[in-house]
Amino acid sequence: MNEKNFQEKIEKEQKIEPKDWMPDGYRNHLIRQMSQHAHSEVIGMQPEGNWITRAPSLRAKMILLAKVQDEAGHGLYLYSACETLGISREELVQQLHDEKAKYSSIFNYPTLTWADMGAIGWLVDGAAIVNQVSLQRTSYGPYSRAMIKICKEESFHQRQGYEIMAEMAKGTAEQKAMAQDALNRFWWPSIMMFGPQDSESPRSGNAMKWKIKRQTNDELRQNFIDKTVGQAEVIGLTIPDPDLKWNEERGHYDFGEMDWDEFWNVVNGNGPCNQQRLDHHKKAHEDGAWVRKAAREYAKKNTIN
Amino acid sequence: MDNLFIYILRIADCSLILGQRMSEWCSKGPTLEEDIALSNIGLDLFGQANGFYEYASKIDGNKSADELAFKRNEREFFNYQISEQKNGHFGTTMVRNFLRDAFKYLFYNELSKSKDETLAALASKSIKEVKYHLRHSSNWIIRLGDGTNESNEKVQKSLDFLWQFTGEFFEMDEIDNKMLQEGIGVDNKKLKNEWNKIIIDTLNKGKLNKPEDGYMASGSKKGIHTEHLGFLLAEMQYLPRAYPDAKW
Ligand SMILES: [Fe+2]
Ligand SMILES: [Fe+2]
Ligand SMILES: [Fe+2]
Repeated sequence: MNEKNFQEKIEKEQKIEPKDWMPDGYRNHLIRQMSQHAHSEVIGMQPEGNWITRAPSLRAKMILLAKVQDEAGHGLYLYSACETLGISREELVQQLHDEKAKYSSIFNYPTLTWADMGAIGWLVDGAAIVNQVSLQRTSYGPYSRAMIKICKEESFHQRQGYEIMAEMAKGTAEQKAMAQDALNRFWWPSIMMFGPQDSESPRSGNAMKWKIKRQTNDELRQNFIDKTVGQAEVIGLTIPDPDLKWNEERGHYDFGEMDWDEFWNVVNGNGPCNQQRLDHHKKAHEDGAWVRKAAREYAKKNTIN
Repeated sequence: MDNLFIYILRIADCSLILGQRMSEWCSKGPTLEEDIALSNIGLDLFGQANGFYEYASKIDGNKSADELAFKRNEREFFNYQISEQKNGHFGTTMVRNFLRDAFKYLFYNELSKSKDETLAALASKSIKEVKYHLRHSSNWIIRLGDGTNESNEKVQKSLDFLWQFTGEFFEMDEIDNKMLQEGIGVDNKKLKNEWNKIIIDTLNKGKLNKPEDGYMASGSKKGIHTEHLGFLLAEMQYLPRAYPDAKW
């Protein structure tokens, strides 16, 4: 009975709210997906945080610091949304540290030059937007609302990243080479952000039925590629895919084969920075333990106004 | 060089260098909330630095704000040495900021009455931010001081170390005196009483001891610094220096 009501609600495009009955599978799927999303926002602070102290102008410094700060805010917001499902932030962070919860593999790639700040904003935030716009229609109310709120800022990030790339592409020969190199390194990992091909993705079935996911990985990936190709052309950079070609019949770009061995390798912990990212997060957490403890003790004794 | 120009640079440098230190905290804060707060302070400081550099650049007529920030050498920076001190642990950062915030709050209050309208306006804008920074750092001094034994000891140790850098706040050199005479600058010496009151009040609440005035570091007004500044600048200035023809 419960299950039937639940599915009817979903069919009618009504949002599921925290107090509503929901199947365990639905709850668990959401916890996994939303916490992975939250962890991604937070771990994603590192590759860009890596360049804040080296940003080349006062303006660039402020934009990048504000951007990374936004990502922290997204993490916070998503942890709160996830907590509505009956799990605490502490537990979620513990799962991350125990490597039971994942985060987006894209953040396991190193940021080697300033152009990577452009590439990440343009491509990584760009891909995130495609995914998150789709998730605005997700069936779980708190998640949907989080996506609506977050997407506005992500669009901002995407434009700022693109601006860095555009500026460098029309700069000195060295700058243009740096921009092209960043595009070369981040292109394939970015389009792999949408996950395995639909034929390989084991959990899509229920997620689509429950309308947690509204579009398949391949649909989202195609959408991202279609809107990004023209942006690269405008600034005179070349997407590193010789098979990329407009297909009149499909009304979409055809593109080359992704390196799925690499994809699974990074997902399974063997990317260039997996260990580093996790260690960094753990260290910050451990270094802060005495501070959090002192704050708790103080709060027990007093109140600060 | 123009007295006013140097006077403004000293203020701008102080904000930039501490901003740089604050931005080092990004993704390393003790909580996500605190990470955001530390970035916020960094952003305020960069904004202040930018405002003062723009003004200095106008007076200089030669170098842009970015050039002032990214193309000067260690001996040409005039920030108080406390601003360049390393973050250390969270308590050290909070002590450093607290000692400085209390001073800057009083300083900007006075500067907002400057005859120089641009300086007065920049100071007024900064007061609101520094007031928040001071509240943030004082609250942490109290919490950590009156938290656990461990946190109290840690913060007391940071305080004992950083105290030597507070003497610079109240120094007046020829430039300061000229600026004061012209009704543009602040009489830093006069701020010491008020500063002491803020410090003592907060340290008492945090069950911390105010260190004795002993050896006091000095020299930033002449571009003399601790060894930390060189590394901070090397990192911060690397791109504009490595690619002098590039615009970003
Ligand atoms: Fe985000
Ligand atoms: Fe996101
Ligand atoms: Fe973003």
